[in-house]
Amino acid sequence: MREIIRNLLRLALFVFIEVYLLQQMPHLHRFISPSLYFLFLLWLPFSISPRNLLWIGLITGLVIDYFLQSPGLHASACLWLCLFRPFTIGILAPRVNSEFNYREPSPQSLLWAPYLVYIFLLTLVHHTWLVFLEWLSFGSFSDFLIKIVASTAISILLIIPIELLFPRNLSSRSNAGR
Amino acid sequence: MRNVILFIGRYLTFFTFLFLQIVSLWFLFSFNKFHQALFLQSANEITGGINKEYKKLENFFLQGEENRRLHLMNDSLLNLLSHQITLPDTTRQLVTDTLVIDSSRQYRRYYFRPASVVYNSTNSEKNYIQLDRGSIHGIAENMAVLNADGSAVGIVVQVSPRFSQVMSLLHVRQKINVALQLTGDFGTLEWDGKDPGLLLLKGLPKSVLVKLGDPVVVSRYSFNFPPDYPVGTVAEIINDKGTNFYLLKVKPAARFNRLQHVSVVENLQYAEQATLDREARKKIDDTKRSGQ
Repeated sequence: MREIIRNLLRLALFVFIEVYLLQQMPHLHRFISPSLYFLFLLWLPFSISPRNLLWIGLITGLVIDYFLQSPGLHASACLWLCLFRPFTIGILAPRVNSEFNYREPSPQSLLWAPYLVYIFLLTLVHHTWLVFLEWLSFGSFSDFLIKIVASTAISILLIIPIELLFPRNLSSRSNAGR
Repeated sequence: MRNVILFIGRYLTFFTFLFLQIVSLWFLFSFNKFHQALFLQSANEITGGINKEYKKLENFFLQGEENRRLHLMNDSLLNLLSHQITLPDTTRQLVTDTLVIDSSRQYRRYYFRPASVVYNSTNSEKNYIQLDRGSIHGIAENMAVLNADGSAVGIVVQVSPRFSQVMSLLHVRQKINVALQLTGDFGTLEWDGKDPGLLLLKGLPKSVLVKLGDPVVVSRYSFNFPPDYPVGTVAEIINDKGTNFYLLKVKPAARFNRLQHVSVVENLQYAEQATLDREARKKIDDTKRSGQ
């Protein structure tokens, strides 16, 4: 229950930042469009089943779409991210052992290097699909490639300070009964 | 059959993904085709409420600039009042009324309604603006939107009962008819989705003399916009050798990321003009076809 409320508040916060901060401030350059809201999906607990993850991804994307007036655009990109998330975690997470009992992906639970790879891969998937859909209706191919690289880079540049500034207090499950 | 069910059961996650992906892409592409989707209407009512509350807070910090704009607008209107102008001699005036039709009778062509911007973006290639007035306040599609200082902002493309959606000039599908203020020659204003500080004016013949800084206004041929409201100033002249037309870059007069209070302008003759235009085209095209 506490977990659900925590994640709902987190979603509200990310939507607010995305809609009223990142989309409102004038962009540095037309290729660089920062985006952060998908960090909500990256931070979801390990325990969610892949199928439920897809539904959560769809809903998160649609909430953003409702605010940014682009129905389906972010939802579609979130679905790709949610499809790949379990695979990426499967590859990067330490092999199952008794020590591993963290709730959700974080630099502490996955360790820094695998966590950065995790962030990088899924951000890339998300932005590639997002920019691809925009490019379908408009733009040139070189713009498309540059925009993917630039947007991914700026998003990761934003995510790393957030991870450093707000270390999530992850009491592992074994300590819960203290 | 059993194998099919087993197969689907095994890859259920993937099939869920496919299904949801198709749903979201269907949302996306049906929206792009018609500029509008039914589901946005209900969404407008929800997000509109949140946007309105947020904008209230933001407006508090921007009141100064808005006041200045309104003051300028009021000044310019005061100058138009009839009692500011006196005729040198009104006692000796020979009036011969030869007109059968009373030409002094006027009729109203444009009607202005105030509205506030509750959501706005300039970062996308397709930028929309949301206003806090909708169909119950008399807003309808195809009405023009002007900023507080009179500069062109966009055209209403979708209305819900209490909110309306405006396609900004910063939208790659937006096309409006504009003219040079000095000469009156007209062209089409578009946007290439690149720099929100520069619009494109196309279709202006090279025989026209254009200088940097020339004001660009809404053309009198526009169905949506009232004529002679400012659009921007010429910022760059690109002399394309291949055609007989200029490609002008226009710096917009409205500051799109600072919109607060706008006017929604209804052309009371819009329906008649649009119908006439459509009927005429149909008629000519049909006779051409039957003549062949």
